Amino acid sequence: MSQEAILQARDLKRFYRVRRAAFGPKAVLKALNGATFDLVNGRTLAVVGESGCGKSTLARLVTMIETPTDGTLRICGNDIVGSSRATRRSLKSKVQIVFQDPYGSLNPRQKIGHALEEPLLVNTTMSKQERRRSAKEMMDFVGLRPEQYDRYPHMFSGGQRQRIAIARALMLRPEILVLDEPVSALDVSIQAQILNLLTDLQEQLNLAYLFISHDLSVVKHIADEVMVMYLGVPIEMGSRQAIFEQPHHPYTEALLSATPMADPFRVKKRIVLHGELPSPIDPPPGCSFNPRCPRATDICRQDFPEMRQVGKTMVACYHPLD
Amino acid sequence: MALLDIRNLTVAFQTGNGMFTAVDRVSVSLSEGEVVSIVGESGSGKSVAMLAMMGLLPWTARVTADRMEFDGKDLLAMGSGEKRRIIGREITMIFQEPMSSLNPCFTVGFQLTEALKTHLRMGRKERRERAVELLNQVGIPEPVKRLSVFPHQLSGGMSQRVMIAMAIACNPRLLIADEPTTALDVTIQAQILDLLLKLQQDNDMALVLITHDMGVVAETAKRVMVHYAGQQVEHQEIGGLFANPHHPYTAALLAALPERAASKKLPSIAGVVPGQFDRPTGCLFSPRCRFVTDLCRSSEPPPAPAELGSALCHYPLDDGVPLNHPDGKEAV
Repeated sequence: MSQEAILQARDLKRFYRVRRAAFGPKAVLKALNGATFDLVNGRTLAVVGESGCGKSTLARLVTMIETPTDGTLRICGNDIVGSSRATRRSLKSKVQIVFQDPYGSLNPRQKIGHALEEPLLVNTTMSKQERRRSAKEMMDFVGLRPEQYDRYPHMFSGGQRQRIAIARALMLRPEILVLDEPVSALDVSIQAQILNLLTDLQEQLNLAYLFISHDLSVVKHIADEVMVMYLGVPIEMGSRQAIFEQPHHPYTEALLSATPMADPFRVKKRIVLHGELPSPIDPPPGCSFNPRCPRATDICRQDFPEMRQVGKTMVACYHPLD
Repeated sequence: MALLDIRNLTVAFQTGNGMFTAVDRVSVSLSEGEVVSIVGESGSGKSVAMLAMMGLLPWTARVTADRMEFDGKDLLAMGSGEKRRIIGREITMIFQEPMSSLNPCFTVGFQLTEALKTHLRMGRKERRERAVELLNQVGIPEPVKRLSVFPHQLSGGMSQRVMIAMAIACNPRLLIADEPTTALDVTIQAQILDLLLKLQQDNDMALVLITHDMGVVAETAKRVMVHYAGQQVEHQEIGGLFANPHHPYTAALLAALPERAASKKLPSIAGVVPGQFDRPTGCLFSPRCRFVTDLCRSSEPPPAPAELGSALCHYPLDDGVPLNHPDGKEAV
């Protein structure tokens, strides 16, 4: 990558200690077990995977809601683990997040103007008039009408609420936007509006996006780089083109073939995986995909494969596809 | 003869602010062993139409239809006792949320055998055997063990399989699947869709698939009905719908899909689906349509001929060109 990365994650891990039964012994849940990636201004990294693969844990680490158990996370050149409280606080305004559910992420008792001003109230010394003006500017910017300032969330549709959530995330002029399934709760016609908005915002503000999604057709549209995760571990990384044209990991291939395409004339060759995702508390030994993998051999059941370059992508697999 | 024949079904709900029409003159007909899909965005009335047919709506709903027949029997005139003998036995339904559709207080085996007991009056041993057979059929490993398991011990995919097993327990002739895979992961979705189609073929069931996902429609259905704001705006064979949509809404919806986009900028549909209070006069799609004229704003469009997908539009599209349009505008 030619441009300087604004966020660097190296072998990022997050474990949780959970109890499996009311009085049972504690177990370690490896929600995220070693993720390495860079975010660059003006580019989008999409994280793809099924439920339980650690996508949301990754979002919580990047937004500094939680601290990593192990590994380093550098934002704008500062290591967040070793840095002081004040630095961390200032870094937090550089990274903002938009959540999946536009109904749950807005306070129903708060006027949306106030919701937009709150980050400014907490983090800046702006006067009331300045805050109000900047909130109205932002509303205009994301395609809301400034006269809607005094309305409550229930007066808006899902798409408009997602616009409000995006506006709120942009109030502090962040450099990184974490988008946790931003369009999966929206209808197709509204989804297209929000995706267009996100594309425009990225062009104008030169934002780095961490785009978390399970919908591959959306990812194919918006991403520059793609990271495929399975059970807390990235298993394949590469440019969008490389991943979609020539996936090398059997899981990526199965995921791509399982995604329904809106084309009845396409020749179907759906690879249906058997079985379900194993529990992250009790992952299988070796490669975590081996129980469902059609190409698994003995070595897959013993050791976890290292990430290595195959073709145009980075793959963690002993038997990558050509 | 059609297995299910519904003509001009209208469902209105009594609300605090007057009547709200959720389903507006929708017709569905379906023959034995056929797969039909109803596609539409949220609020398009696609689930309500099917719930009305099954009689599962609350008392605030007013259901009217010119005809509503299942296998020649009039569902409208039928008493509730007689209807109960059909619902759950010959017509069954799968819901979107597998986790919340199962009762958390009872075991899988109990819930699965309930229909067998009520409808088929099977004995205890017979029911148990049939339950194991059903779980086997839907691909649940160790079926005997699973009978005594509670719903919270199952994953989403497994719960949906149990729901499907319950639905096919009495060998229904019509299965209605209401967004059966929306809550599931992609690889599990592929498994469930394959399973539904396999069961449909093996048992020669008719299947109504309600969904919002054009991808799922393209891969499963033969015939598609597109709903918008409670109306059925288009009705076509699957190939025709994707290659040559006749209603501007269908065309716009397909163009808005990221996977069909040619450029980074998606051709989105401006505005939102009208609700109870902002229902436009004339054509319901007129505020969002790019071919709108004064005629569309003032008068309701009649359905176009069947070869134009019965599109509910004054100027149905043919190869992207609106027919008889005053401006002679062309679609992109």
